[in-house]
Amino acid sequence: MEAAFFITILATAIRAGAPVIYAAVGEIFAERSGVLNLGVEGMMLVGAVSGFIMAVKTGNPWAGVLVAMLAGGLLSLIHAFLTITLHADQVVSGLALTIFGIGLSSFMGQNYVGVQGPQFSAVHIPFLTDLPVLGQILFSHDILVYLTFLLVPASAYFIHKTRPGLHLRAVGEDPATADVMGISVARTRYIYTFVGGVFAGLGGAALSLAYTPGWTEGMSGGRGWIAIALVIFAFWEPWRAMLGAYLFGGVQALQFNLQTIGITIPTYFLNMLPYLFTILVLVFATGERMRRHLGAPAALGIPYIRGER
Amino acid sequence: MGLVFVWRSSPFLVSCLPNPYQPQIDTHSLLNGTRMNAPSLQPSQIAVEMRDIVKRFPGVVANDHVTFLARRGEIHALLGENGAGKSTLMNILSGLYTPEEGKILINGREVIFHSPKDAIEAGVGMVHQHFRLVPTLTVVENVVLGLDDPKFRLNLENAKAQIRALSEQYGLKIDPDAFIWQLSVGEQQRVEIIKALYRGAQILILDEPTAVLTPQETEELFKTLRSMAEKGHTLIFISHKLDEVMAIADRVTVLRQGRVVATVNIEEVTKEKLAEMMVGRPVIFRIDKPTIVPGKEVLRVENLHVRNDKGLPALNGISFIVREHEIVGIAGVSGNGQAELAEALYGLRPIEEGRLYLYGREITHASTRDIIREGVAQIPEDRHKEGSLGNMSLSENLIMKNYRRKPVARGPLIDWHYVRQFARDLVKRFNIMAPSIQTKARLLSGGNLQKLILARELSSDPGLIIAMHPTQGLDVGATEAVRKQLIEERNKGAGILLISEDLDEVMQLSDRILVIYEGEIMGEVPADKADRNEIGLMMAGQRLSANHEQHTVNSVQ
Repeated sequence: MEAAFFITILATAIRAGAPVIYAAVGEIFAERSGVLNLGVEGMMLVGAVSGFIMAVKTGNPWAGVLVAMLAGGLLSLIHAFLTITLHADQVVSGLALTIFGIGLSSFMGQNYVGVQGPQFSAVHIPFLTDLPVLGQILFSHDILVYLTFLLVPASAYFIHKTRPGLHLRAVGEDPATADVMGISVARTRYIYTFVGGVFAGLGGAALSLAYTPGWTEGMSGGRGWIAIALVIFAFWEPWRAMLGAYLFGGVQALQFNLQTIGITIPTYFLNMLPYLFTILVLVFATGERMRRHLGAPAALGIPYIRGER
Repeated sequence: MGLVFVWRSSPFLVSCLPNPYQPQIDTHSLLNGTRMNAPSLQPSQIAVEMRDIVKRFPGVVANDHVTFLARRGEIHALLGENGAGKSTLMNILSGLYTPEEGKILINGREVIFHSPKDAIEAGVGMVHQHFRLVPTLTVVENVVLGLDDPKFRLNLENAKAQIRALSEQYGLKIDPDAFIWQLSVGEQQRVEIIKALYRGAQILILDEPTAVLTPQETEELFKTLRSMAEKGHTLIFISHKLDEVMAIADRVTVLRQGRVVATVNIEEVTKEKLAEMMVGRPVIFRIDKPTIVPGKEVLRVENLHVRNDKGLPALNGISFIVREHEIVGIAGVSGNGQAELAEALYGLRPIEEGRLYLYGREITHASTRDIIREGVAQIPEDRHKEGSLGNMSLSENLIMKNYRRKPVARGPLIDWHYVRQFARDLVKRFNIMAPSIQTKARLLSGGNLQKLILARELSSDPGLIIAMHPTQGLDVGATEAVRKQLIEERNKGAGILLISEDLDEVMQLSDRILVIYEGEIMGEVPADKADRNEIGLMMAGQRLSANHEQHTVNSVQ
């Protein structure tokens, strides 16, 4: 019983972490280019609802995923236009985007609350799933969870080992220099803000089509904000974001499973746990960052206007 | 830190090159600016030709029909005061700006640059005054930044090998794998030069390259520049320092107020002549400074320890004193703790360890407000950010330090009638050029803004003045005015701590010079016995030898 309990907790952690990983990795891309997008929560919700609607209409969850990504991407372009082209304040624009996304998703989804739709179910991978313990923890999930196993290393490789990744880092650290070196700052920021939106939308689809299939208002439950916090915890590195997402997922899993094994703690307290945990993690990570002098991308949050240094 | 490197000359490389720069027959005297005895130009010798360049900015004509020629294999200095149009002209040549009129020919072919990329493709590279390097990337990553090669995967072995070859060839010692933030300013400059060479630059523009270097590093740079010129590169050297221009340039083009004054061979001019061409009137180089025996102790700093913004030690136990009638100069390369020292003395930065005394009273943990009240004036490093409130009027800026006291304050109110009188007096006394006392401070020119700050700081007859880079970015006229003002305050009895990166300024104004390096005082020399070389070595981290130390001890007592 003891072992089974921990396996359940770990497996749930990985399942619960997946949507957050998408959103956090997306935000890492955006922030690495110097664009802070606080609209993640809004983009996730719109992604979740539009993906779900599309899946219901077509009966194909993949069509839903595609539409969710597109919806998140489109929403992020609003932020990109406001902050990159018009040099608007990134914090204000991002907050507006989240509020807009919450409203828009409720509006779009009003006829879909409680509707049954297609969903991704667990995929059995021959051999891997059959591994003892590890199989149950890592390989008893749906395809969107497996995709995160590929996304994280691919993103880390892209950022650190490729030329576009180098340009991405340069734009976020020192846009004036990147500009002089012939890299288009605006283009780079548009691209990666869009990428951030696409992944946030995908994260939303991972909620409405896989983790908790269906649509309910505000179903992301603050995961967008947690993703943003994780980016700081992760020092803008995908691997650490993955770790952070699993820690968050683990606390959430604990919350469910403590109730099932009869530990009586008020549910409200348990519901609070993941968020309390996020705050603690942030405090710890920021402290560590200060000690190790690891910084955010130096130009994060600052509009780039040529000729101003 | 290894700031000073041993120069390895490569006579082999130089001598085995064919020399295409033989004297030619004078068929193109037109191109030669003024009369000269030096070999004149064949068209094939001209690397850069800028004809009748006009560039306007709102309210000013930065370049007014400027014609500029530079030969292959020469070091060509571009001399002028701030705002003379040097940087504008070179930003046009490097593709950052597009001129409104005029044309550019590179090696005889007309070119139109839309971006720095176009200029780089034509073989023109520029080393900016503020380096264009990303601090969190490595040397090699910075060098390949923006290039199409490597295509996708960052395989940098090739680039590293090329960087090593270049650094060998030109004596630009650098580790390709080091991060930029780990490098000294001099090393970063090498990276900039390598970056340009890596891109195949034949014409290299250097914008005030020595502003951030120690005298020794400057010597190193000059050697590199000479070897590059010998290999056929054209070097355009932007400067307003006459001594340097005399030391390094083959020819000089002088700009004043957007126009070319003349292009001359260096052998044909003197420093004084160049200064006159640059400013438009004869310039006095020496400032009269009567010898005065220093009086009572004003400031005593004992074993001061302070951290920088990153939490790392910035000052490691600094001790010195400043007395009445005395200017104490702090020389050093920027970033060695000077800014933190000024802030600590002014109560803006927490003091970890050590004590500060003003007239014998301890002020170690006093607030900035208390320190102001005790009669300490500050001329801050950044005129715009720390020295003034840009959106407030000249008169409001002038009362910023005494608005709490009579006669400016009348109870909780401000006596605006008095303020107007006070502001008009100061504007007159300090010769501040402004439309009115209601003009917003940010609309003033750098020189006038500095005069405004001086007026505010000096009007209260301070006992101690902390002046940080007081003449940075000012033209010759304003610089003279500021320096005279400081000397006058000293003569009247103030103690002055002068923190400056401009070694000439420190040597000219100070009575004693302290050299700071990585938060420690490397040594102290009286200004009249100061030796540039010795100070340069201390700026690079070498302590003063023992017999001098003896002298220092005596002078403190």
